[in-house]
Amino acid sequence: MARIKFILSSGEKEDVEIERDVTIMMAAVRNGIRGIDGECGGCLDCATCHVYVDEAQVDLIPPPSDDEIELLSNVTAFRKSASRLSCQLRIPPSISELIVYVPESQS
Amino acid sequence: MTGLVVIGASYAGIQSALSAREAGYADSITVVCDETWLPYQRPPLSKDFLLDVTSEDNLLLRDETFFKKERIDLDLGRRATELDPGAKRVSLDNGTTLDFDKLVLATGSRARQIAVTGADLDGVCYLRSVTDALDLKARLAQAAEVVIVGGGFIGLEVASSAAKLGKKVTVVESVTRLLERAVCPLVSNFLHDMHLAAGVDVRMGESVVAMEGDNGRVTAVTLASGTKLRADLVLVGIGGIANDDLARTVGLKCTNGVVVDEHGRTEHPDIYAAGDCANHYNRFADGWVRLESVQNAQDQAKAAGLAIAGRHAPYDAVPRFWSDQYDAKLQIVGLSARHDRTVMRGSEDDGKFSVFFYRGDDLIAADSINRPGDQMACRRLIAAGVSPKPEEAADPSFDLRPLVRATDKANVARRNL
Repeated sequence: MARIKFILSSGEKEDVEIERDVTIMMAAVRNGIRGIDGECGGCLDCATCHVYVDEAQVDLIPPPSDDEIELLSNVTAFRKSASRLSCQLRIPPSISELIVYVPESQS
Repeated sequence: MTGLVVIGASYAGIQSALSAREAGYADSITVVCDETWLPYQRPPLSKDFLLDVTSEDNLLLRDETFFKKERIDLDLGRRATELDPGAKRVSLDNGTTLDFDKLVLATGSRARQIAVTGADLDGVCYLRSVTDALDLKARLAQAAEVVIVGGGFIGLEVASSAAKLGKKVTVVESVTRLLERAVCPLVSNFLHDMHLAAGVDVRMGESVVAMEGDNGRVTAVTLASGTKLRADLVLVGIGGIANDDLARTVGLKCTNGVVVDEHGRTEHPDIYAAGDCANHYNRFADGWVRLESVQNAQDQAKAAGLAIAGRHAPYDAVPRFWSDQYDAKLQIVGLSARHDRTVMRGSEDDGKFSVFFYRGDDLIAADSINRPGDQMACRRLIAAGVSPKPEEAADPSFDLRPLVRATDKANVARRNL
């Protein structure tokens, strides 16, 4: 098990414990984290699970694929270098607690 | 008991309940569903689930703990049989009744049945629910020759999965091109070629007149031309029908689905409908439409849930759809029916292109194959009513992003109108 700390746009924090093979998007949907929709279920079609990974942890997770980068190109919330689609993120063994920020809006 | 009663526990049903709760609805919420499964994902049922990439466990979207936390009661395996709008009461198939203060009909759609001789033979299947998918998956494992009736989304996605599983697959479509109502001819042809390349036999302009069987099991499909296709499994995907019976039988206005306004409200002030079962006026179609998509279900249900809690945020999202077949990511944004010209962006040869649909100078829709960036841009451009010039759209190196950023200003202007 590992932990995700979701920091909502309101500043509210929610901790969720997950198995490492579960994506951050699924963990968010299953736990009702507001602001992450995950419409397509993780097949890189909808871009409704945009998050910002904590700056200090960005380099600890595998980089995005070309499709993910293309989808991120025009998300409605501000695009940052730490922007990711959470359906593509799992918690790697090197991290015990991943911190992600939920943007104000999804596409 | 009063409070909010929701009929249907798929995307629209659950979203309406959650949005109402999130917006401060404090009374009881009860979700009734005739399926026994906890809410689950439907898109993978025709794709990764059949291929064993997604397990049953991974289909589940929410568990009991979640609903308990949100104070939402689930009544699963229970069908609503009757609605009394005057008394504000729903009857269930176990003889009990539920009184409601507000009601959401999120009953979805059902598969259109094929009306030919032999349609009731064992091995003639449909795909709608996880129960259907489990059955189809088990049958696929045993099948050698699969006939797919209908070249729509479900038919083509199952064809793609069955071909990947090494089955001999034939798709029979009665019109002249695949996905005729959803995409432009160029995309139809591109997908047609992909299916042929994967070894799928595609029969266009052919209709099924009978199914033949042996000992009650399907063995062949007969076409109008006289051709007989051997089959040990037949999947019929010829469209969906709105489950609007509860509303229709009591005289609530239904025209291909329950007619609702931009808040998902029916003619009855306390009865709402959302998702596949609802028909609404959509400004992007400039007409009344009933859409079958996850996006429509969730966004329309959000508007309904908020209205129920006394907050108003009308449903006004650009419709979007997607399909994955082989290595092609098909994405559609907007509704293209009213277009008067198309513009090609990218090239078919490298398998990455978009077709932009214009009505006059306005961009109204786009179909993309493996160009998700175009889709993301078009979503925001169409929503804001900002259009690239056709010659700009036709140049794949033309960067749409500055235009997209201009939509932020257009949205502000729209809000201030």
